Order: sequence, then C-alpha cells, then structure tokens
Amino acid sequence: MGNESYEDAIEALKKLIIEKDELKTVAAAKVEQLTAELQLASSSDSKSFDPVERIKQGFVTFKKEKYDTNPALYGELAKGQSPKFMVFACSDSRVCPSHVLNFNPGDAFVVRNIANMVPPFDKVKYAGVGAAVEYAVLHLKVENIVVIGHSACGGIKGLMSFPLDGNNSTDFIEDWVKICLPAKSKVLAENEGSAFEHQCGRCEREAVNVSLANLLTYPFVREGVVKGTLALKGGYYDFVKGAFELWELQFGLSPARPI
Amino acid sequence: MALTLCGRARRFVSATSVHNNDCLHRLQQTGSDRFQLGEAKAIRLLPRRTNMVQELGTREELMQENREVETSYDFLGEMRQRFLRFKRQKYLPQIEKFQALAIAQSPKDKKQVMVIGCADSRVCPSYVLGFQPGEAFTIRNVANLVTPIQNGSTETNSALEFAVTTLQVENIIVMGHSNCGGIQALMSHQNHKENQSSLVERWVMNGKAAKLRTQAASSHLSFDEQCRDCEKESIKDSVMNLITYPWIRERVKRGEVKIHGCYYNLSDCSLEKWRLSLDKSNNGLYVSDREIWS
Repeated sequence: MGNESYEDAIEALKKLIIEKDELKTVAAAKVEQLTAELQLASSSDSKSFDPVERIKQGFVTFKKEKYDTNPALYGELAKGQSPKFMVFACSDSRVCPSHVLNFNPGDAFVVRNIANMVPPFDKVKYAGVGAAVEYAVLHLKVENIVVIGHSACGGIKGLMSFPLDGNNSTDFIEDWVKICLPAKSKVLAENEGSAFEHQCGRCEREAVNVSLANLLTYPFVREGVVKGTLALKGGYYDFVKGAFELWELQFGLSPARPI
Repeated sequence: MALTLCGRARRFVSATSVHNNDCLHRLQQTGSDRFQLGEAKAIRLLPRRTNMVQELGTREELMQENREVETSYDFLGEMRQRFLRFKRQKYLPQIEKFQALAIAQSPKDKKQVMVIGCADSRVCPSYVLGFQPGEAFTIRNVANLVTPIQNGSTETNSALEFAVTTLQVENIIVMGHSNCGGIQALMSHQNHKENQSSLVERWVMNGKAAKLRTQAASSHLSFDEQCRDCEKESIKDSVMNLITYPWIRERVKRGEVKIHGCYYNLSDCSLEKWRLSLDKSNNGLYVSDREIWS
C-alpha cells in the first residue's frame, strides 16, 4: 500500500494541471484541505487514549455532582446497603443498568457477566454466581431478581455460532456460554429457516428464561419464591430500537378443591 | 444518571497526588450533614398482570390469592419510569452515538477499557468512574475477585478471555471498595471446613492469601481497619492473578495491555489508584504511579 498509489495519484494530478492550467488554484485549495485533515487525524492518533485521565475526570465529576450534593444519601450508604433489586446484566459496555434503568447507588446489587447468564446451582463450579445470589437473597434480602438480556449480544452470538461439541477453541468462553444451550436448541427447533440475526434475537430472550429457571435451582431462591418474598423477572433491552421489554416468572398455589 | 450541573458543590474538590518525595497532601473535608431519612412506606397493591412466561403453566385465578404481601408493588410501573428517564435524558439526545454503538461495541476512535468491580449496589463503576455506554466492558462479582487460571472456570475468566482476545481491550482496571461485605465475610470466616461453609464463604475464600497477609501485618488494628487493609490486599492479589492467564501475561509484556488497580473509599469519597508496571528486565512486576484523589 502507500507509496506507489500515492506517487501515481500525484502524477495524475500533475498531468491534469499541465493540460488544464486553470485548475491549479482549485487543486491547491483541495490539497491544503487534505493536508490539514491528515494532520488533525495524525495528531489525535499520537495522543493515545489515557484511561487514567478518563477515570480521574469521571471520578471528580461524580464526586462534585453526586456525592457532595447528596450527603444524606451517601452518609447512609456508607453505613450499609439495602437494595430492593438484584440484577443480572451483560458485561457489554452498552448495557450498564445504572444507565439503562437509571439505578442510583444503593438501588441494585448488580452481577455482570457474559450474556447475563445464571448457571444452575453448583457448590463447586460457578461458586461466584452462587455466592452473589446467596448474598443478595439471604443477607441483603432483595425482593426482586431481574435478569436482563439485550440485543446484539456477543455472548449469545457465540452460543449460536460455536458448535459446542466438546472441541473447544477457547479456554473458557465456550464452557460458559453452553449454560444456555437449552435456549439454543429451542430457538433452532422453532425458527429453523430464519436468518441468523433473527435466531440470535430469539435466543437472547430465551436465554433469559433459561437463567430464570436456573435461579429456581438455588434452594434459598425457591424458598423465597414459594413464600412470596422474592420475585423473578426477565427483561430485554433493545438498543437498536431504544425499547425495553419486561416479564415475570409467576408462581402460585391454587386453593385446594374437593373433587 | 443525568450529568447536569447542580448548583454549587458543597465541598471544594481537587485531585491530590503523591509527589516524588512522598509528600502526601489530602484535603480536609467538612463533616457531612446527616439527617434522618423518612421511612419508606410499604406499598400494598395487588399485582399487575404482565406478560407471563408459560414455564409453570399456572392459571389466571391462581395469581390473585397468594400475592398480597409487602413485596407486591408496581414493579412494571417503576421499571417503565426508570427506562423512560434513561431514554429521554440520554438515549434520544445522543441517538446517533447509540445507533453507531449498536453496530459495534466500542467507538472506533478509542478502545474500551475492562473493569472488574464488586456487585455492591453502591459502587457501580459506571456511576463512580463516569463511564458512558460504549466505554467500559464491566464484570461485577462479589468482592471483585479474579481467581488464578489454575482454579478453573469461573464466570469471571470467561469474560476476561472475551475482553482480551476478542475486544482487545488495552486497559484492565480492578476496582475494589471500602465496607465490602464479601471481604468482611472473608475476615469473619472462622471455620475453614469446605462442607460447612456457605456459598459466600466458599467464594470469598479465594481471597485467603490477602486475609493471611492482613492478619500478619495488621493484627493490632481493629476489625474494621483490618477489613480496610484486606480490601486493598485483595485488589493486589486479583491483579496478580490476571497475570496467570497467558493471553494477558503476553500482552502485558508486549506493552499492549496495561493493568490498573483502584480502591474507592465510600465513607470519604476518595479513590486510590495505581498501575502495574514491568521492571526494566521485563521479568518483575511492581506497583507504580500511585495517586489518591479526594
């Protein structure tokens, strides 16, 4: 790339100017503009993104506009937290629940992982998720657990793309996304001829349902749901359309009827 | 999280830094105004019917009887308000940015950072560090722990792999915080027998090394102060555990990935941050560029 085509382009321009002298001023103006644009682009490249400056700015703004203007709230929060919600959201940078659902500090205990998945109860594997659910339900006594999926999810796309036949190409990703394999099977069965993107969209929602069902395998969650102290909800954030869907897993016992 | 400027700040804010001669300047803060919050009223409403998931095949009349408990309130209404506020204040005013983000996860001109933070409701990294949609791939778990590769699969290391190998993040930040319930559970945990521990205790025992170092160095301090120390030691361990992953270690050695630690103290709103650097021989790692912002 680069040199040869540049030289050729200059030659072609020179040739044109020799033939049509009146184009000289026009050409000069355009070349100047191009030089300026390239200079701007190259200078912003050399000043590479400084994450430390970025977080410093962010933190100072937070402190000035939020922390210092609300000492009552932050004073209480320093003593402890009592959120009503536990949220499972994807690690995707576009779907932070603090933005999308306007959560303020103290509102929601948030776990974020690839494709917002909840694996089934297991004391040994995935102890991290188990610990989070246990802490939220038994210690913080949250009233709602919300699992929020989203559009264009890379994790779900991976779930739909990987063969997941045991020959893993990644160290950990495939092991993780296969948690929602039941969702993939269901979507493929129900949407056989559809486009891949459509299937991924269906799978993003079905995976939330698989996670909700997996939550019921945690004994303390099951107890809370049966007692009515805990509710399980599913959500879907579509940032392409700017829309949000919400649903819940409902559980109840009918009254006994004599037969 | 509207970033509108709200009148005058009650406290003067400036960033402080540790100078070469180790002279630390810290701003004296005025005491916070504390007053009683009004008690939240329990709202008793019959449940609204929302879209049902057909999983349990329950019939309509079943719903009414069991649900008049304190947890029944207008959840749908609250979520709707929250989402519409986000849509009105952030999404619609910046719709082109969001449409562009819909195509790819990070803006073309700068790469994303990856943040590993705690699930604690008070320390959302987007909120405290001001990350906007598209800027930070975020992992949140109890006590912001990163386990070493030899401990096997966790939810955290699959996300690490994705961020480093696919998204190719250039900066990784491990953010811990004060008053962490997970670390407190670690420090309180007496009985170390596996089968008698709760799930929380099993998980936080991944921070055992930090606990032992803290107890050795700070046994004369109060329990609370020891927890503060342990929180900081645990961040260091998580950072070092990142290096056990070969795809991270290689990139750090090549200078493609930088690792940062930070500690948010939520009692006085200060942030201590540092960087992990390679020494000249490219073998050893050490803490550098330590600063405290308050």
